[in-house]
Amino acid sequence: MAKKSKKIDLNRRKFLLTATSLTGAVGVSAMGVPFVSSMLPSEKAKAAGAAVEFKVNAVNPGEIKTTEWRGQPVWILNRSEDMLKTLSKNDANLADPNLKVTSQQPSYCQNETRSIKSNVLVVVGICTHLGCSPSPKLAAKGDMGSEWKGGFFCPCHGSKFDLSGRVFKGSAAPTNLVVPPHKYVDNDTIIIGEDQEEKV
Amino acid sequence: MAKIENNKSEGLLGWVDERFPLSSFIKNHLTEYYAPKNFNFWYFFGALALFVFVMQILTGIFLTMHYKPDAEEAFASVEYIMRDVSFGWLIRYMHSTGSSLFFVVIYLHMFRSLMYGSYKKPRELLWLFGVLIFLLLMAEAFFGYLLPWGQMSYWGAQVIVNLFATIPFIGPDLAEWVRGDYLVSDATLNRFFAFHVIALPLALAGLIFGHLIALHEVGSNNPDGVDIKQVKDKKTGIPLDAIPFHPYYTVKDLIGLTVFLIVFTSIIFFAPEMGGYFLEHNNFVPANPLVTPDHIAPVWYFTPFYSILRAVPPIMGSQFPGVAAMGLSVMILFLVPWLDKSPVRSIRYKGKLFKKWLTAFVVSFLVLGYLGTEPSYVWGQFSSALPIIGGGDIATFAARIFTIIYFLFFILMPIYSKKDVTKKVPNRVTMP
Repeated sequence: MAKKSKKIDLNRRKFLLTATSLTGAVGVSAMGVPFVSSMLPSEKAKAAGAAVEFKVNAVNPGEIKTTEWRGQPVWILNRSEDMLKTLSKNDANLADPNLKVTSQQPSYCQNETRSIKSNVLVVVGICTHLGCSPSPKLAAKGDMGSEWKGGFFCPCHGSKFDLSGRVFKGSAAPTNLVVPPHKYVDNDTIIIGEDQEEKV
Repeated sequence: MAKIENNKSEGLLGWVDERFPLSSFIKNHLTEYYAPKNFNFWYFFGALALFVFVMQILTGIFLTMHYKPDAEEAFASVEYIMRDVSFGWLIRYMHSTGSSLFFVVIYLHMFRSLMYGSYKKPRELLWLFGVLIFLLLMAEAFFGYLLPWGQMSYWGAQVIVNLFATIPFIGPDLAEWVRGDYLVSDATLNRFFAFHVIALPLALAGLIFGHLIALHEVGSNNPDGVDIKQVKDKKTGIPLDAIPFHPYYTVKDLIGLTVFLIVFTSIIFFAPEMGGYFLEHNNFVPANPLVTPDHIAPVWYFTPFYSILRAVPPIMGSQFPGVAAMGLSVMILFLVPWLDKSPVRSIRYKGKLFKKWLTAFVVSFLVLGYLGTEPSYVWGQFSSALPIIGGGDIATFAARIFTIIYFLFFILMPIYSKKDVTKKVPNRVTMP
């Protein structure tokens, strides 16, 4: 026994060293979890980011109102018949008229009007370029030029969106405005921040 | 220090080494830094102290991300950390438990030096660095304790700042300057925050660096107090009783760290308040400048010195002697290298006289520490029929006796350390 143990078993030593180092590395990285996650939104921030309720019947046809969800402006636009008609006319000038970038709207808004009820557009009022809030330019023409059929204009870098929040070609913004998850609890009330279970 | 010029490394390491002394640093301070081979249990605590320091900095950074140094918001922000921040409770308990264990480790580290004479020539400066670190650590802990803005934070700070007010002539103005107000207030909290998170940690990091540089210049002492540089290998010039720090002592320290972490995590998960010793119960009540809690005591690591403060009676209507005694009880540590006249370093070769005095000192320190956590009536009163001390608190009387012993350990050291009958120190270290 004594004779045997005098010889250094390098393999065994290497194995022990590797095993110990790996176990230590696992321990240290596990310790990193609490530290990294402490920088995530706290329970308080999460509570402030909870779903909000909004009465859509408070918005008359052709009008827009703003509410707040997770500290962001959310627009509720009640589109009139005339406004809805303009949507299809823009297609040729839009970057993504057919909503190929599906992350910009929930599946139940993956349709021509980007909404659950065709007239009520719910959209996050934050430009997809660098996060400014575009200005609603709902009326056709005006200071936006004779081709303008109504939409949104971002003052920061000139991005243009139509009345469904779809971005025009040549804008700085790469994608359409985000339609947040929302659902109807009754005919007049939506909850922003919770998903609709099926199409109405 | 021997510089190694041969076997130059290649590749990336070689590229770095031509521009930065990386390999030679690792050699000089780890793989070819030689330490005595007979380190024992008591030599864990230096490395552990360094570990706790790093941990306090790290957890402190993450606490600062959520804490608000504002009298209106501080208390609530600590509760916010405890309840709402993901793993905030863990990070805060690591920090609060860490501060108490920092003192456990430091006290054991200092006791080791007293036992083995690690302050004696040529390690005087190393010891001075250490005492300075201890002093700053106490300030750091004190400033940190105000931040949760609980009742104990508030009244603790009130009392400590008022200690300055007892200094003759300039005292009251000085206390006002420290507080930045007529009472402990938002202004005080804000500046204590600044001291706690940047000024003192920065100074501590510098001093710890100096402590380590001084240590590596003179080399570690050892339980025998033998100067290992006396007997060297004739070929290599390396002391025969020395082994490289890495891997021998890094592995040993890892074992110590493992045991330490078991204790540390047990406290965090099962007794983070330690029955009111690590986090006092009254500190879970928001600071109220109009109501002082019934029983007010500092955290345990300050209590020996606090007891000394309480033990000294006012002289000529002034509280200053008590404050001065408390200050001296720490400052006197600076003198230890010159008070010890013994020809030997380690307690192993010192005589009975030193052992008795060291025991008396440790007992005094512990009893004073205990008494500081309790109200002065804890042991009841003497019968009023007794002369002189009649009717006084027994605990106060005991604290006075032990305060005297505490100081005599230092004051009489030049005498008893010279008189002491020492044993002959061997040439080489002894191994168990």
